[in-house]
Amino acid sequence: MTQRIEVDPIACDAHGMCAELLPELIELDDWGYPVIANVDIPHQLRPLARRAVSVCPTLALRLRTAAAVTPTPRSRRPLARTD
Amino acid sequence: MVARVLHGIQADPSTFADHLRVHGPLPARGPSQLAVEFERSGLRGRGGGAFPLARKLAAVKRARGRPTVIVNGCEGEPLSAKDGLLLGVLPHVVIDGALSLASTVGASEILIAVNEIEVRTGETVHRALKQRPELRNDRITARVVWTPAGYVSGQETAIVRWCEQGIPKPRFGSPRVTERGIDRRPTLVSNAETAAHAGLIARHGGDWFKQTGTATDPGTALVTVSGAIAAPAVYEIEQGLALNTLLAQAGGCSEPPRAFLLGGYGGSWIDIADTAAVRLSPRELAPLRARLGPGIVYVLPDSACPVAETTRVAGWLADQSSGQCGPCVNGLGAVADELVRVCAGSAGRRALAEVLRWCGLTAGRGACAHPDGAASFVISALRVFSEEFSDHARHGPCDACQWPTTLPTDERTGAIA
Repeated sequence: MTQRIEVDPIACDAHGMCAELLPELIELDDWGYPVIANVDIPHQLRPLARRAVSVCPTLALRLRTAAAVTPTPRSRRPLARTD
Repeated sequence: MVARVLHGIQADPSTFADHLRVHGPLPARGPSQLAVEFERSGLRGRGGGAFPLARKLAAVKRARGRPTVIVNGCEGEPLSAKDGLLLGVLPHVVIDGALSLASTVGASEILIAVNEIEVRTGETVHRALKQRPELRNDRITARVVWTPAGYVSGQETAIVRWCEQGIPKPRFGSPRVTERGIDRRPTLVSNAETAAHAGLIARHGGDWFKQTGTATDPGTALVTVSGAIAAPAVYEIEQGLALNTLLAQAGGCSEPPRAFLLGGYGGSWIDIADTAAVRLSPRELAPLRARLGPGIVYVLPDSACPVAETTRVAGWLADQSSGQCGPCVNGLGAVADELVRVCAGSAGRRALAEVLRWCGLTAGRGACAHPDGAASFVISALRVFSEEFSDHARHGPCDACQWPTTLPTDERTGAIA
């Protein structure tokens, strides 16, 4: 079962703890909000991903299993990267 | 010229008696038969998203609970006038559709959402609902819901939140409103024009609907044509019509054009060099990186400054953010501020590259599609007006910058007064 990280942009308050814990998959934009890589979470990063979800002060992060990802164009679109 | 939803239109709002004279009574069709006709018609939503109606209906039917139908007539897009025209002059065509959609999904409640500044339109709808014999029973109710003015408050999840909590802002993620909307019940939100087409499909069937338009985008569409055009108005077109044909129907451009804005402020600019290639339907426009959105064609005259126009609208779009999502608030704000400096000639050398990067960083990262649309508007402007933008960045304002801008940012005065 593949999983992805999803951020609720309304709940997110740019604390940035997720990017500190998981720089492999999350970087911060110019204003401190997380940009999440549009890839499945690699097996070895799953524990860290779960930690990132649990330490978010506003509970804005969640893990979505592939089956639960709603098949909309929005979720398929690659996110913009800052680099 | 075709006239389906606009068939029999007159200056005054049509009464139910007028409506029956033009269209006759709604035939009695059961829910499953209606569902088949909607599926067969291939009708896609006309609020901008072009989502297949049949899929929305199926999602609502699958969900648990008695559904609600919302007809979305908010029309927060300043360049659009079609929903206001339908609700204000042909309310019964829309109500036919609302009743048919409600019957299809088994809804007991219809809400018709009207922008609070469109008082006369809402009152017309209210009077029209009182005239309907179908509503004189306990099984189904219908009423007007006033929604706050604003570009984003007409977004479907924002209407649901407004009706539920009095907060006119989008919500994020799943479950979708089709599954859990008003009072946690399945909710079908359908644009007013979509409902109007649905009402005609309920009369004439899905095969009739497909007799015009293209294979992928069947039927007709309402298009609000404004700007430097001889006869600005709402036109009904066969989907796939050439832009040049529509412009000719509208009396031609009233001044030499510089570019066309398709799809409104969430759409994109098209250079006049590409005009001949433009066919008006979602599928035909996709290769041009353009969309019909809620059916908008705006003609920018050559005499206007595209940099000043884009800059002012970008500022307005930033202000229209509901303020919930960081990337939208910060990204659109940064884009708008930088464009003001570009327009004044006071920006740094990399300003336009930064604007493009911020647009990419903003699109797709909000709870709703507002940042995506605003980014599309700015990115296409930078592409079509690249010379003008570079010129302003280097040398400051041009002669045309001092003249009043032409693109409207007020819902009330809008495209067509």
